[in-house]
Amino acid sequence: MTREQKRKIEGSVALFLSTMAAFFGLFWLVFILGDVLIHGIKALNPSLFMNDPVPPGAEGGGLRNAFVGQLLITLCATLIGVPIGVLGGTFLAEYARGRKIARLISVLADIMVSVPSIVIGTFIYALLVRPFGHFSGWAGAAALAIIMIPVVLRTTEDMLSLVPWTLREAAFALGAPYYKVITQVVYRGAATGILTGILLSIARVAGETAPLLFTSFNNSFFSVDMKQPIASLTVTIFQYAMGPYDSWHEQAWAASFVITLFILLLTITGRLIIRLRYK
Amino acid sequence: MARTAKKNPVDMSFSFITAVASFSVIVFIIGILYVLISESSLAIGKFGVIKFVTSTDWDPVKESFGALTNIYGTVVTTIFSLIISIPVAIGIAIFVTEISPNFLKGPIGVAIELLAAIPSIIYGMWGLFTLSPIMSNHVEPFLKKIFGSVPLIGILFQGTPMGIDILTASVILSIMIIPFTASISRDSFDLTPAVVKESAYAIGATKWEVVKNVVIPYSKLGVFGGVVLSLGRAIGETMAVAFVLGNNHRITTSLLDAAATITVTLANEFAEADKDIYLSALFYLALVLFVMSFITLAMAKFFLIRAERKYSR
Amino acid sequence: MKTFLKFALTLALVFSFTHGYAAESLNGAGATFPYPVYSAWAFDYNKVTGIRLNYQSIGSGGGIRQITERTVDFGASDAPLRPEQLNKDRLLQFPAVVGGVVPVVNLPGVKDGQLKLDSDAVCKIYLGEIRKWDDPRIKALNPQIKLPNSDITVVHRSDGSGTTAIFTNYLSGICPAWKSKVGAGTSVNWPAGIGGKGNEGVSNYTKRTAASIGYVEFAYAQQNKLVYVLLKNPAGNFVEPSFKTFEDAAATANFNPKEDFNLWLVNAPGKNSWPIAGATFILLAKEKTASNKKVTVFFDWAFKNGDRKAQELIYVPLPAALKDKVRGYWKTNGL
Repeated sequence: MTREQKRKIEGSVALFLSTMAAFFGLFWLVFILGDVLIHGIKALNPSLFMNDPVPPGAEGGGLRNAFVGQLLITLCATLIGVPIGVLGGTFLAEYARGRKIARLISVLADIMVSVPSIVIGTFIYALLVRPFGHFSGWAGAAALAIIMIPVVLRTTEDMLSLVPWTLREAAFALGAPYYKVITQVVYRGAATGILTGILLSIARVAGETAPLLFTSFNNSFFSVDMKQPIASLTVTIFQYAMGPYDSWHEQAWAASFVITLFILLLTITGRLIIRLRYK
Repeated sequence: MARTAKKNPVDMSFSFITAVASFSVIVFIIGILYVLISESSLAIGKFGVIKFVTSTDWDPVKESFGALTNIYGTVVTTIFSLIISIPVAIGIAIFVTEISPNFLKGPIGVAIELLAAIPSIIYGMWGLFTLSPIMSNHVEPFLKKIFGSVPLIGILFQGTPMGIDILTASVILSIMIIPFTASISRDSFDLTPAVVKESAYAIGATKWEVVKNVVIPYSKLGVFGGVVLSLGRAIGETMAVAFVLGNNHRITTSLLDAAATITVTLANEFAEADKDIYLSALFYLALVLFVMSFITLAMAKFFLIRAERKYSR
Repeated sequence: MKTFLKFALTLALVFSFTHGYAAESLNGAGATFPYPVYSAWAFDYNKVTGIRLNYQSIGSGGGIRQITERTVDFGASDAPLRPEQLNKDRLLQFPAVVGGVVPVVNLPGVKDGQLKLDSDAVCKIYLGEIRKWDDPRIKALNPQIKLPNSDITVVHRSDGSGTTAIFTNYLSGICPAWKSKVGAGTSVNWPAGIGGKGNEGVSNYTKRTAASIGYVEFAYAQQNKLVYVLLKNPAGNFVEPSFKTFEDAAATANFNPKEDFNLWLVNAPGKNSWPIAGATFILLAKEKTASNKKVTVFFDWAFKNGDRKAQELIYVPLPAALKDKVRGYWKTNGL
């Protein structure tokens, strides 16, 4: 075999393996989604969204309270977490670029990502639940926000760092102050990445159960009062999946299906917007 | 240049706000560390540090607790999930950036990211109800038949295939972290300047050689970053593993045995821990996890920084 | 700036008050086991009175902790607290509903209620001393069944659980070896077997693994159509798990209001008592008289109107005599 042939064969084998890897990844996606779809769609009906829970055995209950509660908690968490995360990432990538403090915070944020979420729940419990004497939706939102912040912060930092320095220099040359350069040039250049990071972080927290257990708690009744215990889909799924009744299992699957669909649609929409706007 | 710009008052307040935002991370870390230490002080006082970390005891009734079995479980599942996921993730990144026809790039990229978006409790339910029967009925007996009698490797495949074990947990973990590594690797690959690649092609390199000798060396920092992120995710993952690892506080050599990771122990026992010392020991465990991730990630960062210096030279 | 702060503060206060009075609500947390029946009662109670009683299952340990730290109006626990601890944390305690734990098996050809086990056999199986189904100690109890010569796969809970607490209290009560080697608690250091998460996990394992034995709550055994065994109770009779045998256990057990009903409902002395029954308890903070009153009014309502609902969900209501004891306990504590 000549060297040429060897190189060609090595190349095709490697590329073939890469292709297989891609399809391996797709295979799991189809598998998991298909499974959730099959189980979830069976139990899907309008009353799931229109009604509040009824006890096992009774007909026609739904999870309206949990859907609304989950949206509310996630929304509040995003409103708290994203600005702090993006601004924090900006500091690391721009004002403190290359400084020791930036490196330190960046390492710490990486570590925050792997703190078990139940610990964050306990932290918020000690901070916002015990002193006030009751659980609340705000405590849940704060716990989720703390999980979001390092994720958003790190992606923002990475994405801003990827924007070529020459772009900034061009803007400086026009006499623009740094904050203008950041908000109008750098953010625009890194928007795709930052948005992806935000979406991933929402997806990450929207599926969290452990930090909500001891913060936003849960509520069997419909409530939008963020100062009181509030229902969430994930905690409900957790309770229903562990329960003995078939009707609960069906609702747990249906809720899993909806929350998965919601998160996936969010991801796809986000990417579509980015594509339409920037490409 | 930045120095002159900072004299602008708007700029100064903006930089101050960003600084506060980024320091919030330090505040959280200190806050969490404080909560962890104060809650676990009872167990720290009773078991000390060395004894807690090296003891394999986990006996809530006799109130004797040690972390070694949990640490072992965490390390083993993480290692195996990385072994499975890294080659796959890099393969995906190569496929998407270099091989795939243009019209497939977007959809596949999105599909991989969707995999990352699935909530971990769904992975857990799916793992218990769907993957675990498949593992115990098909995959594990097969692996056992092939490797069971091979010396050395055989040790890994002893015992009854139950589907609730280290192997299943590692597979689920690897599926969960593939997207992280893959999407970051892809982003880094994409950053390789076209000029560099084109010049490699111009001197007659094949596509694989360009990937191997140009793209990967150019972007290895990003790839490594992706791996570190995955590692962090794998160490801290709770719900997905809690359903399929069995919470067995023993050190086992077989991949087909149940085990306990730190996170699984927390998830399984936190809610029902009724004695103060028990709860305190669980917090101590969380503290150990915190320190473990700290050391791992600090080491990874150390290598990253060294690699960066070497590369820029 | 100051006026703005004042304005915001007033606004916040107004909001918190309006919300506070919008719907009367009570929050409770604790044991997972009675969650279905409490939530069913609360649902009906809400329809009758408009009061929202929000009960959440966060585990018995969680329930004890939350009421101790006063973040909820009542806590719930499958494990009774000792009077000393209740005094220390200034808590009240009373039973609310009864259930049972059932050993279930997966043996080819063996149907519901065919296999008989005594306390010694169950104990030795879970200790890992009886390893085969055709062990003479099992054979002697079941001369009519052809038992296979296969290894027993012991299934237990992997997570901390009130079910485990009841089961291990049962084993400790009948079996000195268990008591000294393992003991009783929500999680124990199991000498044998594999662990499944939740009743669900144990059910799945037992169903999937041939020649296995597990223990689950009665409702799960019924819902999942698992094969239950007959157990020999302290009175010497083989009994099957049913409403009648659970109720018998609750009726013959000596609950003492003076000791805050601190009693495990295992190995009750009654002739037809199921030996692994368990009551689940409500915990109240002594000083919170206003909300305590509301909670006891709810349970009084449930004791009067909730029996049928409880049975539908495969729980055993307290016997009438015990209900009266609980009401007396409320009275002596000023509720």
